[in-house]
Amino acid sequence: MMKQTLKWSVWALAMALPLAAQAHKMWLVPSATNVSGADPWVTVDAAVSNDLFYPDHMPVALDRVAITAPDGQTVKAENALTGQYRSVFDVHLTQQGTYKVAAVNGGLFASYEQDGQKKRWRGEPADLAKNIPAGAKNVDVSESISRVETFVTNGKPNDAALKPSGKGLELVPVTSFTDLVTGEAGTFQLLLDGKPVSGIKVTAIAGETRYRNAQDEVDVTTDKDGKFTFNWPHAGMYWINASTQDSKSSIKQAKVRRLSYSATLEVLPQ
Amino acid sequence: MRRLTLTLPAVLLAAPVAAADLHVTVQIPQLNVAEYHRPYTAVWVEREDHSVAAQLAVWYAQKESKEGAGTKWLPELRQWWRRGGRDLQMPVDGVSGATRPAGEQSLSYHEGKAPLGQLPAGKYELVVEAAREVGGREVVRVPFNWPASAPQQLTAQGSSELGTVKVDLAP
Repeated sequence: MMKQTLKWSVWALAMALPLAAQAHKMWLVPSATNVSGADPWVTVDAAVSNDLFYPDHMPVALDRVAITAPDGQTVKAENALTGQYRSVFDVHLTQQGTYKVAAVNGGLFASYEQDGQKKRWRGEPADLAKNIPAGAKNVDVSESISRVETFVTNGKPNDAALKPSGKGLELVPVTSFTDLVTGEAGTFQLLLDGKPVSGIKVTAIAGETRYRNAQDEVDVTTDKDGKFTFNWPHAGMYWINASTQDSKSSIKQAKVRRLSYSATLEVLPQ
Repeated sequence: MRRLTLTLPAVLLAAPVAAADLHVTVQIPQLNVAEYHRPYTAVWVEREDHSVAAQLAVWYAQKESKEGAGTKWLPELRQWWRRGGRDLQMPVDGVSGATRPAGEQSLSYHEGKAPLGQLPAGKYELVVEAAREVGGREVVRVPFNWPASAPQQLTAQGSSELGTVKVDLAP
């Protein structure tokens, strides 16, 4: 029951995210982005909050978490638990290269009127038909795809885990995701359904927002090749986000498709 | 980058006849701290584009452990790690070794011999990075031209985790 409630809450968030830039932020924060040695592990915090990166609102549902190893295969999260405000899990980095840790949320949101009352439904596409009553009026269905990621490299970076799925908004590196330092620009490419997407605003906000009086967000816009560049103001963990919407849902009843991408990237001092 | 002083020509070395020599002196400062650990230290030569021309030294904890001795913490030498440390398979003969105590550490390299090897004529930087457990981290760079036309001493001064770094070039 708890788990179900959580899933719906995350759902609601996924739906709300692209609508309001100031909404709660979902994030994954690894304990390190570069590791080495004979038996490296990282522990990852996964939560939804306003302040970066302080869990104070909702955990990320663990069944949404997918870890891709440097060989492109999926590996399991270890020692996972979900608390009141955050989920925590370990990643055992048994392979050399870059791991992608992702939380992918997606599905349908429907609103309709029945007997003069407004009703709402959230769920998977397969369940849409049986959940909208026959007499429903003003049925409005939208699809949401949101992706939250972070990256950890054991030894040298590689990109087998970073191959885009071709669905929704995704990020591919020009500058390696785990090689970011102050004084050196970080350039990345934003894809929509696997193709570079131009003219999308991308925001970067450094963590530790609790200890300053402004978000100090940095906004850039993707160029014609979907590329954008951040000049990091200082070292730290950054949350970057891009969102948009279109009418290209694969679900025929959905008029609108809301898309969001977020990543946590670490910038080290020079 | 630290203050760079250039004295040319400075020290006359007993230079060998055939190949150029590179001598490096790294001063590890004596620190008055409650918990002291010897710094992990890397010494390397960078080309102008910051790629690594030669890996000269890396000092880290050698005691065996389940985590692979000190190799777990090598990424703490952040610049070295990113610029090429992670390309090495530890240990590296003639390059890797145990951490060194406070004091002047003297290193000598000869052109044509590992680990310096053949260095094409050009502009380089000798880079020293030190990172200390529960302490700080510092990078000191000493730009130099190779080969030197006359014996030459170049120095740069660290401010916290490193003292003076001296580079003596012999033609």
